[in-house]
Amino acid sequence: MKGARNFVLRLLLIALVLLVWEAAVRLFEVPQFILPAPTNVFIAFYRGFASALYLDHIWVTISETLLGFVLGTALAFLLGTVIALSRPVEYFLYPFVVMFQAMPKVALAPLIIVWFGLGLTSKVVNAALVAFFPLMVNTIVGLRSAEEDKVNLMRSLAASKAQIFWMLQLPNAMPYIFAGLEIAMIFALIGAIVAEFVGAQSGLGMLIQSMNFTMDVAGQFSVLLLLSLLGLLLNGLVTGVRRRVLFWDASTKFSDEAAKKEAV
Amino acid sequence: MSKTYGGRREGVIALSDIDCTIADGEFLSIVGPSGCGKSTLLKILAGLMPASAGDALLNGTPIDGPRQDIGVVFQSPVLFPWRSVLGNVLLPVDVQRLGREKMTKRALDLLALVGLTGFEQRYPWELSGGMQQRVALVRALIHDPALLLMDEPFGALDAMTREQMNVELQRIWMESRKTVVFITHSTSEAVFLGDRVMVMTPRPGKVGDLFTVDLPRPRALDVMTTEAFGVYVRRIRKSLNAGGGLE
Repeated sequence: MKGARNFVLRLLLIALVLLVWEAAVRLFEVPQFILPAPTNVFIAFYRGFASALYLDHIWVTISETLLGFVLGTALAFLLGTVIALSRPVEYFLYPFVVMFQAMPKVALAPLIIVWFGLGLTSKVVNAALVAFFPLMVNTIVGLRSAEEDKVNLMRSLAASKAQIFWMLQLPNAMPYIFAGLEIAMIFALIGAIVAEFVGAQSGLGMLIQSMNFTMDVAGQFSVLLLLSLLGLLLNGLVTGVRRRVLFWDASTKFSDEAAKKEAV
Repeated sequence: MSKTYGGRREGVIALSDIDCTIADGEFLSIVGPSGCGKSTLLKILAGLMPASAGDALLNGTPIDGPRQDIGVVFQSPVLFPWRSVLGNVLLPVDVQRLGREKMTKRALDLLALVGLTGFEQRYPWELSGGMQQRVALVRALIHDPALLLMDEPFGALDAMTREQMNVELQRIWMESRKTVVFITHSTSEAVFLGDRVMVMTPRPGKVGDLFTVDLPRPRALDVMTTEAFGVYVRRIRKSLNAGGGLE
C-alpha cells in the first residue's frame, strides 16, 4: 500500500516539474531557441518518429554503440586477463596503460575520424576505445580478487593453472566484470555520440549537431530524451544478463531484494 | 622435517625437527598455541609449500607438491558461491576429471551421511555455518583421499554446533577409516576425537609430547565429563604450559 502511494507521489512530482517548466516558459515568454516548453519537446519527439526520421538515426547509433561495445570489451577482457595472469606482461605494458588511462579518450575522436573516415568504422573504433578501459581495469582487479583460501583449496586438489582460472578466478571475477560491462556500455554510447559530433553523415549525435545549426532546440531536447531512453535500454540489457549470470552474487541479491521491497 | 621462513641467514624457524609417524587409519589431533607452526605443518602436508629440510612422506612417497590423494578442510568452509551444494562437493571430481556421472551417487550418499539430504541444489549462502562446514567436509572426502587434513575446521562455529560436529566427524571417520590429521586449539576437542594427541610447542614449532588416548569408541559427548577424559585434558594442558604455550 505504502509502495503504491509512493509510486503515485513519484509520478505526481514528475508531472509537477513538467507543469512548472511549461508555465515558466509561457509566463516569461522564453524564446523557443533558448528553452522550449515540454509540450514543444513532445511534439518534436512525435514528429521525429512520425516522419521516420529518428528511426534511421537511432539504428545507426545503436549499431555503432553495440559494435564498439563488443569490440572494446572483447579486447579489454583479453588484455586484462593477460595482464592479470602474467606479471612480466603487466610490468612492460604498465606505462602504456597508465598513459592511456589518464588521457580523456574522447579527445582522440578528431584523430579517429581522420584515420577511419566519416562512416561507421570511426564511430565503432571511438566507442570501443572509450569502452575499453573500465572493463580492462575491472577484469584485472576481478581476476586478482580470488581469496587465498580458495586458491589454496584449488591447489590442494592438484588443479592446473588453467583449471584455477576457469573454475575459480573467472567466475569469481564476474561481479567485477559485469560492473565494468555496465560502465562500458554507457561509455560506448558516449564514444559513438562524440565521434558523430566530430564528423558523421548520420546518427543521433549528428542529428543534434544539425538541429543546433538550424536552432531547432525543441528537436535537440527530443533527441536528448531519446538518448537517455537508449542509455536506459542498453544498461538494462547488461543488468538483465547480469541478473541471470550473477544470481549468486551478494550485490545482485540485495538489489533484487530492494527492488522487491520497493514493489511491495 | 623443518621449515624456515624468510632469508637464509636470519629466517624465522617455523618448524624444527618435526618427526612423527601416523598410522594408517589413525586419527591424530594436533594441539598447540597460536604461532606454533600448526598451520605451516598442515600446508606442508597438503603439498602447498615445500619443507626447508627433510621430507613429508605419504605411504612412502614424498609430498613434494599438491596431490590427488589428500583432502583438506580449512578453517572457513571455502565454498564457491556460484556452485550449488552438490556442485561444491563435486569440485574435486571436476578438477581431477573423475567423471560426474559416476561420482554423483557417492556425493549424494556422503551428503546424506552428514544430514544434508534435500539441500543438494541449495547454494552456500542459504546454509548455516555448521551446514557449510559439513559441505566442506564432504567435499574433502568425495575423491576418497588416503589422508584427510583438517585445520581448525570447527573453530568458527558456536560451542553447541561444534560439539555436534565433533560427534558427526567421529561417526564419519569410524565409517570411512581415513587417516586424519586434525589441528585444533581446543584440548577437549583434541582428546574427544583423537587416537593420539600431539602437543606442539612454539617458536620454533616442535613436537612436544604425544599422548595416546585410550577411550573406547564411539565416544559420546558424556565422555567429556568422565574422570579419565579429565585426566587426559589436564595432562595435555600441563604439557602445553611446560612448552610456554599457555599463561
